[in-house]
Amino acid sequence: MRFSGLRVLKEGLTGNRGWKPHWRDPAPKQAYDIVIIGGGGHGLATAFYLAKEHGLRNVAVLEKGYFGGGNVGRNTTIVRANYFLPGNSEFYSHSLRLWEGLEQELNYNVMHSQRGLINLFHSDGQRDAFVRRGNAMINQGDDAELLDRDAVRRQLPYLDFDQARFPIHGGLLHRRGGTARHDAVAWGFARAASERGVDLIQNCEVTGIDVENGSVTGVQTSRGAIRARKVAIVTAGRSGQVAALAGLRLPIESHILQAFVTEGLKPVIDNVVSFGMGHFYISQSDKGGLVFGGDLDFYPSYAQRGNLPTKEHVMEAAMTLMPMIGKARVLRSWGGIMDMTPDGSPIIDRSDIGGLYLDCGWCYGGFKAVPGSGFALAHLLATDRPHESAVGLRLNRFRDGIGLMDEEGTGAQHNLH
Amino acid sequence: MRLTCPNCGERDLREFTYRGAALDRPEGAWSPAWDAYLHQRDNPAGASREHWWHGFGCSAFLVVERDTRTHDILSVSLASGGRQ
Repeated sequence: MRFSGLRVLKEGLTGNRGWKPHWRDPAPKQAYDIVIIGGGGHGLATAFYLAKEHGLRNVAVLEKGYFGGGNVGRNTTIVRANYFLPGNSEFYSHSLRLWEGLEQELNYNVMHSQRGLINLFHSDGQRDAFVRRGNAMINQGDDAELLDRDAVRRQLPYLDFDQARFPIHGGLLHRRGGTARHDAVAWGFARAASERGVDLIQNCEVTGIDVENGSVTGVQTSRGAIRARKVAIVTAGRSGQVAALAGLRLPIESHILQAFVTEGLKPVIDNVVSFGMGHFYISQSDKGGLVFGGDLDFYPSYAQRGNLPTKEHVMEAAMTLMPMIGKARVLRSWGGIMDMTPDGSPIIDRSDIGGLYLDCGWCYGGFKAVPGSGFALAHLLATDRPHESAVGLRLNRFRDGIGLMDEEGTGAQHNLH
Repeated sequence: MRLTCPNCGERDLREFTYRGAALDRPEGAWSPAWDAYLHQRDNPAGASREHWWHGFGCSAFLVVERDTRTHDILSVSLASGGRQ
């Protein structure tokens, strides 16, 4: 079933009786070539690219809950390619190029909106850092423009330009940055993967990973045993627990990141804006809610809720930057489980167990990485070689001390990013 | 979340800083044990043994046992074990 304007018109005139479920609901088979644990954005994208790029269709995605119920449905929806370091730069650049063709490729409206991302700076030092970052982005083939104070004021007249503590000196504009409808990304990949023959299985919890003579042979699940030649763990904040099923420890701590949404308002914030005072960022969803967040709480948590000091800090940052939003009422807040690595950068790699692959460590940046991660993991699963965009995302870079990607320059240790 | 410092009593989370998983530091030159200590984590969903620092209080380093699913504090003790 293809989506098109004509189709919407026809269904509208005939009582919308022709729509069908977006994906099949098969029972799990006894064996697959490849089993992907985790039906979030990354897992579903991996399944899609395995089928599309490599013709591999004897593939299952096993999801403990429902598709899109994890971080892909619980994030602040920002899509960007403004990284600084080799390893990250080419990966996120590739991912953004995939985003730009995604809706046509999936035949699905993911509401990808390149509304521009503006990172504000408030001191000479921050401006110098953003000039360097902008040059790195341009060298990578992406876009970056330095805005002075007047140019920022023309675009974002609602900011507080009069305060002395954090004066707005300008901003780095990344025009191709923006947002997307997060749930639709999961649904679009699921539908496209299912159409190509991948089995998508919900309510199927993996309870064991079978390893014989150092190689994976399959998984135990709440819906029976499933044999597999290759297994990929794509479980974000839960990577530690799933890897433990195979006896692995990972260089990951799961931390809490809070986000906030206000009641729906008329259009007021046209872009994605980040504040360099501490860490604060905001955009407005197409439904009208202001979507914003800040730093981690900075302690490990699976509670999916945070504590008050971080909420207070985020609200203070919001009020300092744009006092007008003080009148908006916060409708809801939540905490996502972030799989934090020591250097703040992700992992797409083989594990030390034959046939067992890892896609994890996305920290607080997994959403924009969804297409790039799926593409690169599919390439690794199909060819056993890393994709050229992801050669830097090695598991053992911490052990070896080689190829660390510490964007903040604070050190490759836990709890610093 | 509030922590009960053995020196200061029950205090607000703002006074404390999480300082990482409470693990035994290996001895000697580089070995895989150092990689395990510095990077690899059990990352438990449940009871977790952690170091916290009461930086805005008595500046003691604490060993906190905490449930990462609920934020319940199971125990707090001085990391020094009371040694001076």
